[in-house]
Amino acid sequence: MLAAQSLQCVRGGRRLFENLSFAVPGGTLLRITGANGAGKTSLLRIICGLLLPSGGEVLWRDAPIRQQREDYWRELRYIGHLAGVKDEFTAEENLVFAAALSGIDITADAADAALEQLGLGKFAHLPVRMLSQGQRRRVALARLALPDSNAALWVLDEPLAALDTDAMDCVLSLIDARLAAGAVVVMTSHQPFSVAAALHSISIPV
Amino acid sequence: MTIWTRIVQRDLRIAWRRRSDALSSLFFFVIVVSLFPLGVGPEPSTLRLMASGVLWVAALLATLLSLGRLFAADHLDGTLEQMLLAAEPLWLVVTGKVFAHWLTSGLPLVLLSPLMGLQFGLEGDEIAVLSGALLLGTPVLSLIGSIGAALTVGLRAGSVLLALLVLPLYIPVLVFGAAASGAFASGLTVTPHFSILGALLLASMALAPLATALALRISLE
Repeated sequence: MLAAQSLQCVRGGRRLFENLSFAVPGGTLLRITGANGAGKTSLLRIICGLLLPSGGEVLWRDAPIRQQREDYWRELRYIGHLAGVKDEFTAEENLVFAAALSGIDITADAADAALEQLGLGKFAHLPVRMLSQGQRRRVALARLALPDSNAALWVLDEPLAALDTDAMDCVLSLIDARLAAGAVVVMTSHQPFSVAAALHSISIPV
Repeated sequence: MTIWTRIVQRDLRIAWRRRSDALSSLFFFVIVVSLFPLGVGPEPSTLRLMASGVLWVAALLATLLSLGRLFAADHLDGTLEQMLLAAEPLWLVVTGKVFAHWLTSGLPLVLLSPLMGLQFGLEGDEIAVLSGALLLGTPVLSLIGSIGAALTVGLRAGSVLLALLVLPLYIPVLVFGAAASGAFASGLTVTPHFSILGALLLASMALAPLATALALRISLE
């Protein structure tokens, strides 16, 4: 479902990787490993279409993503380094708006339920600026717990970083459920973890 | 609800919760305009002659001051990145953001301009021409400014570069906006000036969101 053809990435005159190819079917977790600075985040951004590769192409359902644009993004959920939550808004408002950007309309109750799953039930109506770093991270990850049948591709940059064990288990179970529904999940992680579904691992050499 | 109304609603809500930001550029406008009579002296004919020019330049600078808010905060917390991955075209998102920006920075200037005009001894008709021209011109300032704001988002010396990029592009709006008042004062019709301002508005409405969307994609690579 998701494939890459001889991707090449040059950042600031330095070649991060070249000739990187993979193809994964639906229901697979693609884990990207590599040392710090190897280009994991750049690869994730290329897969999202935020960064243009210096060579090669990313294919989604056998068509280049740069030809699909909004149709591709409607199915993509990206959680990057930055939480992507607004300090001025409550956790609930943040989730409702994030869902609207992805083209899904959710009720405030659905947002509350997602926050509850990540253990933020009590904090749903507080402005995010009052929350700790870890809690902010969980607000971002709560997007994954929304009722969202369009999402066929999750791209997660270190989703397990800065989480306690309960939240980590919760995120992993969400990933498992999404994989079981036939989606592709691409993620990086320094923590060891295990999933029930097929795991495909690629390593970026330094 | 469409994504456009969502974005407008969101940005207005943020502006309301951080209203000191919007108020500070408005106060900047009031203070700059009020400094001129103090510096130039109370001679009524001189003041009336320079009123429209002063108000326009102050509006330009106040808009420039507020442009930093347009994308910078969203860039820092990562929400801008999410907008780039929206299920709707980015130019639509940009249009919503620019409209909300105009509502919180341009429109207050237009509403305050009659009061500022009185300070310069303008009369009813003259004030109407000045405010009308500002009403047509300030959205153009927000639209053109959004291109510059998108190109400089995330840059370290962004605000200076933004001024250098955007101010020259504001010249046509300034020339025709201020000239409308001049033409009215010398008894000529203001229709040509308003038509040109209207044309500038339509052209920038059509082109600026596309350019801004493209600039954001380049800036966030």
